[in-house]
Amino acid sequence: MALTGLFLILFLVVHCYVNAQIFWNDGGKQFNEAAHFMGTNVVIRITEIGLFAFLILHIVQGLMLWAKNRSRRSVKYAVTPGNKVSPWYSRSMALLGTLILLFLIVHLSQFWAPNRFSQTTGNGELDLYARMKETFSMPWVVVVYLLGCFALAWHLVHGFYSAFQTMGLAKHRYKKMIKGIGIAFAIIVPIIFALMPISFSLGCLN
Amino acid sequence: MEHNTMNLTLKVWRQKNNKAKGGFETFNVKNISSEMSFLEMFDVLNEQLVAENKEPVAFDHDCREGICGACSMYINGRAHGPWHHNTTCQLHMREYKDGDTIVVEPWRADSFPVIKDLVVDRSAFDRIIQAGGYISVNTGNAVDANSLPIDKQKADESFAAATCIGCGACVAACPNTSAMLFVSAKVSHLALLPQGEPERQLRAVKMVEQMDTEGFGSCTNIGACEAECPKGISLENIARLNREYISAIMDGDSTGA
Repeated sequence: MALTGLFLILFLVVHCYVNAQIFWNDGGKQFNEAAHFMGTNVVIRITEIGLFAFLILHIVQGLMLWAKNRSRRSVKYAVTPGNKVSPWYSRSMALLGTLILLFLIVHLSQFWAPNRFSQTTGNGELDLYARMKETFSMPWVVVVYLLGCFALAWHLVHGFYSAFQTMGLAKHRYKKMIKGIGIAFAIIVPIIFALMPISFSLGCLN
Repeated sequence: MEHNTMNLTLKVWRQKNNKAKGGFETFNVKNISSEMSFLEMFDVLNEQLVAENKEPVAFDHDCREGICGACSMYINGRAHGPWHHNTTCQLHMREYKDGDTIVVEPWRADSFPVIKDLVVDRSAFDRIIQAGGYISVNTGNAVDANSLPIDKQKADESFAAATCIGCGACVAACPNTSAMLFVSAKVSHLALLPQGEPERQLRAVKMVEQMDTEGFGSCTNIGACEAECPKGISLENIARLNREYISAIMDGDSTGA
């Protein structure tokens, strides 16, 4: 979970950086240039296969872990401590992950899949900036994306620190720092992502 | 401290044996002193049951000083009750008010099967210890104390890990029934000392293997164990266990893993 999770965190950084090019507000020039590079570069294309493999591995491992762990207490407690001894998000990683997966299905079917389809059928790349503008003009899409970012944020609050703990790196000396960076990452990255549909729907980007 | 007495309603898990289906039974106890411990309150209940010719409630206890790890009890959703860094025997009735209802359950984990009522079989922990919780020493006269220089920091960390009393609250509190905090305390305790060095890698691998064999769940770093541990064993031990395990696996030869 930790290794695949950290790889997915790295992917988020790249994805966020590339997509943040829309905020130049130059009608998508910078963004489409970056998107063109990401969509055609051989190294990136090969990494994409790895990304999907890691994503699927992360999902499969996560679901197996969830199924295993919930099967080990056949008789449940009548009274549970709620959030007194552990934060809700640390116990809800499978639920948050499933929400992210549902979001990803919507998200990939709107951008990634049509673009690759167009490329492989010889029609070239799509104008992804125009597509973003069009997609985010629909209010339900904006709501789905905001929910996706919300789930991602809470998933990261626990996941970032947890990955380091699993690999044995959360030593006392670094623990506070890792937790701090994790929380900052879990706030900043989803907010930048959330600002994309918000900016389009509010008409801040032309 | 102000002294008062109270009447309480107890909902206690009763289960004849490992095979039987358990259920809650409600008892009323009267005139409980605020100065009693939680277990003394159970003694009062049991004397009452014996006087009524009923089967007393079975529960684990031994030293009643908070150091042996025998007592358990999951009280109102909390392992060892609501107090921080505390065992059930050291929980005192001043925590409760007259008229309170208290729900008492056994540790619940498939690896800790109920023997009777509130008593569970924690021998899985013993088997984990047997798998690797030992060191090699020369026979003969005892060596002089302090003949081996040990870094103060490491000695302190080792001692902190060695305070684990093996009560199983970590497993009881963990939503995954993971025993990682226990195993990590036992591995850390020896891995930090020169005396533990010869079996260091083998120990990490063997104890983790036995933990998995016993059917405990996997750690997802939730942290409920640390919050409920009566001895304040830190999650940092789990990070250390992970390091020990990873390096032992990488170093495969010496462990046969």
